[in-house]
Amino acid sequence: MALALQQLINGLTLGAVYGLIAIGYTMVYGIIGMINFAHGDIYMVSAFIAVTVFTLLAGFGISSVPLSLLVVLLVAVFFTSIYGWTVERMAYRPLRGSTRLAPLISAIGMSIFLQNMVQLTQGARVKPVAPVLVGGIDLLSVDGFTVRLAYSQILIVFVTVALMAGFTWLITKTSFGRQQRSCEQDRTMTALLGINVDRTISLTFMLGAALAAVAGMMVTVYYGVVDFFIGFVAGIKAFTAAVLGGIGSLPGAMLGGLLIGLIEAFWAAYLSAEYKDVATFTILILVLMFRPSGLLGRPEVEKV
Amino acid sequence: MTALVLAPHGTSPADRLKDAAAVAFIALLLGIPMIGLLTVDQGGALRVATRWPTLFAFVAICFTGRLILRLAIDRLRAAKQARERSDVELAAADRTASPWLTWIGWAALGVALALPMVFSENRYVVDTATTVLIYVMLGWGLNVVVGLAGLLDLGYVAFYAVGAYTYGLLSTQFGWGFWQALPVAGAIAASFGILLGWPTLRLRGDYLAIVTLGFGEIIRIILVNWTELSGGPNGIASIARPSFFGLPFKPPGDEATFASFFGLEYSTNHRIVFLYYLILALALLTNLFVSRMRTLPIGRAWEAIREDEIACKAMGINARNVKLSAFAIGAMLGGFAGVFFAARQGFISPESFTFNESAIILAIVVLGGMGSQLGVVLASLVLVLLPELGRDFAEYRMLLFGAAMILIMVWKPGGILSHREPTLRYRANGGRR
Repeated sequence: MALALQQLINGLTLGAVYGLIAIGYTMVYGIIGMINFAHGDIYMVSAFIAVTVFTLLAGFGISSVPLSLLVVLLVAVFFTSIYGWTVERMAYRPLRGSTRLAPLISAIGMSIFLQNMVQLTQGARVKPVAPVLVGGIDLLSVDGFTVRLAYSQILIVFVTVALMAGFTWLITKTSFGRQQRSCEQDRTMTALLGINVDRTISLTFMLGAALAAVAGMMVTVYYGVVDFFIGFVAGIKAFTAAVLGGIGSLPGAMLGGLLIGLIEAFWAAYLSAEYKDVATFTILILVLMFRPSGLLGRPEVEKV
Repeated sequence: MTALVLAPHGTSPADRLKDAAAVAFIALLLGIPMIGLLTVDQGGALRVATRWPTLFAFVAICFTGRLILRLAIDRLRAAKQARERSDVELAAADRTASPWLTWIGWAALGVALALPMVFSENRYVVDTATTVLIYVMLGWGLNVVVGLAGLLDLGYVAFYAVGAYTYGLLSTQFGWGFWQALPVAGAIAASFGILLGWPTLRLRGDYLAIVTLGFGEIIRIILVNWTELSGGPNGIASIARPSFFGLPFKPPGDEATFASFFGLEYSTNHRIVFLYYLILALALLTNLFVSRMRTLPIGRAWEAIREDEIACKAMGINARNVKLSAFAIGAMLGGFAGVFFAARQGFISPESFTFNESAIILAIVVLGGMGSQLGVVLASLVLVLLPELGRDFAEYRMLLFGAAMILIMVWKPGGILSHREPTLRYRANGGRR
């Protein structure tokens, strides 16, 4: 019981992170219909930026936890959005209107490039970060097993909920949201109506990267270690989450993220920790087999 | 449409400078957190180090590079437009595959056949050539799936692993020989292909890519964790080496060996050269097989499916079976290559079957030009030989891989040698090319 509660907490935390990354996949897929394979690596880049800024702040002697979290968040979001913009501009925009496979292959190239760039410039070793947010609340104790809710977990869930609320507002209520949704439906028509499609797509990539940056910064706080390979697995899982929830759907991405996080946490606790990634991939295959449009997605109509 | 995509840009020197300055500014912003700043581990605690000179060099390179690139692109574009205006009729003649490509193919075959004789004493050259040929064979196998049928498979290494482990297990557990295991491993790899393809091949291209990637990872995780079957991370060692029609490559002993049977002096080079010719034969068989398949109805259906799936379905082609056959044949060829790999190394472990390996094989197919058999050979040569040329280069290998994949896609979305031409073309006079 206590273990189950603990895994529930861990799973929700993990799921919130997957959900944030999954939104990036879902938005990009919605607007240009391609899988941004490099998105997981954007998240990895943001985690490295967060590590650097945390270390810098510690070096300057700033000890206020909320202040350093805020500064790191802003800096990471700023630089990571530029990475998101550049990736779109260099690897995807020239291939818009090309075959379906071409942007996907250049995305894989971008993913390999980013991974190796970080490995070369920042080193291949695991980076341990000095703990920023320590401590937590002990919820209950059964037979010597204490269920613990860490402050970092509260932070992750709180930030995710706030971002989701803000994001839903952005997409449904603002002018940018309308432009973005209109680009999803018909890019040519949108352009005819005087909306800068290129800029809308660029902004979408930057927003996706910004959310990935938040996820990367929070994972740095939560786990305290970062290496150049984290983007690959996290990216695949977040993509699975996006597909599970229904690709193109924002609430679906969040729901899918939470489900994947929970499944992973409970699978690792009760079945086997070694095969937890196999569980994720199996779910991906099963979902695509039986419900390719996902839990909340609309079935795609193929037009000639 | 092109006019809409290519935003007009200024060609005056001031415009060029402004454009290059913008690129340099972006490069500066990108470079600050990754190149300018660096965290160093010092006794368990991190410390920030700076590399401002490197960063400024990077920004300067981006600035000048952009200037030169813009100039070059404008020149090329102007030249191309002039050419297009002058000879419209040349476009029709350009369509046929140029004959020199065929000659290069025959020349390459001649070089490949003669190579071990010329370098018979140089073990390193023959070994490297064998590695190139393994990649050529893998590339030809994946070419069926990606180049011909247009199915993006990111987990191709899984079939390679299945082939290698099948032979590894058959050899160490049951004492099977190379030639006995080869068809079995091919069949098992093909059935894995069907197993994966059956439920997933109705998915659209990019979904399929992710599912195959997941499948590749599943196979690798199982190989790492199922210690009783695969030996886990330690892999399988002392796998039997292939023999020459039953004559082993061993120092002279009681039984007949290759050297004693032919009355030669025993030399370790015999096996190296034999392995080279073995993979050459396998690769050539693969090539022959694939090029014959391309002229059969099934092969033409692959290319048709790649070009337009809906039209194919409307014409009564069973899209799933056609894709499944491409998938199974690609998997089988990967399995054959895996058997050879296990036999050559004598030792296999999950280390050899990571996603990077899939990416390399895919890069070979894509860089060579999807669907082009000769392109695969060129790309394998480049990708295997470049890291061998300089040790310093090795750590940049994957970085350059990634960059090359992006650049070639942006420059030529079809690959270097791709015509994206159908193998067979209908002619009004009834002739067949």
